[in-house]
Amino acid sequence: MADQSRLRAALRLIEGPQTIGRRPKFWAGVALVLACACAYPMFADSYDVGNNVYFFNWLFMAMGLSLIWGYGGSLSFGQTAFFGVAGYSYGVLTINLGDAYGLTLLSLVLAVGISAALAAVLGYFMFFGRINGVFLGIVSLSVTLVLERFMAQTAGPQWAIGSARLNGFNGMGGMPSLTIPWPGGDIALFPDLPLYYLTLALLLIVYLALRMLVNSRFGNVLVAIRENPERAEMLGYDIRKFQLVAFVIGSALAGLSGVLYTSWGNYITPASMGMTAAALPIVWVAVGGRGDLTTTLVGTLAVLIVFQMLTIHGSQYALVVMGVLLVLTVLAAPRGIVMGIVDALGRLLRRKEAR
Amino acid sequence: MAILETRKLNKHFGGLHVTGNVDFALQPGEMHCLIGPNGAGKSTFFRLILGEHRPDSGQILFADQDITRAKPFQRIRKGISVKFQVPGIFKALSTRQNLVIALQHHVPPRDLARDVDRLLEFLNLSGDHAQLAGNLSHGQKQWLEIGMAIALKPRLLLLDEPTAGMTPDETHATGEMLHRLNADGMTVLAVEHDMAFVRQIAHRVTVLHLGKVFAQGSIDDITADPRVARIYLGEADA
Repeated sequence: MADQSRLRAALRLIEGPQTIGRRPKFWAGVALVLACACAYPMFADSYDVGNNVYFFNWLFMAMGLSLIWGYGGSLSFGQTAFFGVAGYSYGVLTINLGDAYGLTLLSLVLAVGISAALAAVLGYFMFFGRINGVFLGIVSLSVTLVLERFMAQTAGPQWAIGSARLNGFNGMGGMPSLTIPWPGGDIALFPDLPLYYLTLALLLIVYLALRMLVNSRFGNVLVAIRENPERAEMLGYDIRKFQLVAFVIGSALAGLSGVLYTSWGNYITPASMGMTAAALPIVWVAVGGRGDLTTTLVGTLAVLIVFQMLTIHGSQYALVVMGVLLVLTVLAAPRGIVMGIVDALGRLLRRKEAR
Repeated sequence: MAILETRKLNKHFGGLHVTGNVDFALQPGEMHCLIGPNGAGKSTFFRLILGEHRPDSGQILFADQDITRAKPFQRIRKGISVKFQVPGIFKALSTRQNLVIALQHHVPPRDLARDVDRLLEFLNLSGDHAQLAGNLSHGQKQWLEIGMAIALKPRLLLLDEPTAGMTPDETHATGEMLHRLNADGMTVLAVEHDMAFVRQIAHRVTVLHLGKVFAQGSIDDITADPRVARIYLGEADA
């Protein structure tokens, strides 16, 4: 009984003051989008389906950054460090363990765990050392750049862990894809239908779980810290712990992105932790509206798609456009473009109702 | 037994002695005002009590426990609460959400909504519960922060110029609010400039000057003290 009511209380947190979307209308919209997403592979070829999985892979990192930055107010510029560490960990583990008996799934869990552990250590020194504001961004960016430089010089044969060669600047390849053990033949998740649905389901679970987290008591304190850390502390909260927990969760999600990406392309390179890679998540999340999970999700997906289209047509110019987009967002819609649209629609609706 | 006591409390920034050997004791149930000219060390003294500054030497005791080395949030959990001079509220959150965050620490979830409503009513903010806290009037913001401070049910409430920027009516209402809280057993220590307000609430007054306790007594004693009048006019050597 007590468990049941606790479960119900937890489920109620799916809606709350820290997330937009409260009415049945919103959930009807979510269901519609989900139905479209489920039906999409029927109308698309397998290349496009695989390409969509590629987009999905990044969304976990974006939602994690929304939690750390948008909700918690700590701008981490180095989420790619956890992305890369988890990606490389997955590669090293699976190349050594193989893909039988569901060991790739164990590797996924371990790789995400390793990135979370790194986040816990780094976060401990940052938050308990009272590094905040712009310095947090500088420290986290430095970490990801150091990792990039380090991995880029691991070219020689001496740089191997077990049978996994790190391969320096060229990156590490040849790791198996995630594989689900199944009676009568394991299912290897290549960028195709099964992986599409699995990633979509994972996205939905993480999205809903994060909604519950940010509307919980924990989430209340997190936004309080963003708004006024001194006041939050003077209400008796050890704000360092809250910041650390949010950082570890958000970074574990970056790690999950890293594993999914590595498994998706059977490939990871040091560039995934470089300057450009580190800056892009900031653009996605800022453009969408970092203060809300839904706008982050929509914004990130839109920017990713546009970015890919631009890359196909204009190569390096795409990055310039991303930079311009970030500057425009900061100047014109500091809370994010998707958030700005949501606000405008809300105002319009209210005006209509008032009439 | 004093609820708050400082023993030979010292703090200097560079060569500037902002708090010099302050011995201070606050009795439980007392409403005490701290006054003094600008730069007297009042705010530093508050920050020392809260743990935002570390003293160079000396001791701070709360309910006979040494809290000199405790972290700010640990002091809050022991029963100290504070309202800052500039309203320290969560501007982008609703008024209700501000109070939820203050209350959720010790109120079980099933009683939370009820307690928030009660507090809103006590603060005369029921009508503005859905309003973003940043959109409240200045006086309302001050009340909201007082509400957040008392939501913790502290034994000692510290107020740094609680009526700054309030209209005379709001100031008077704040005084009455404090009397009601005091009747329930809350000890109050306030830094205040408004003498009418000090007269309205203070049982005892301490005058700080150049980081030292300069005079102490009832408001009548203090206002009758020619030395105090002189330091406010800037004539006395400490």
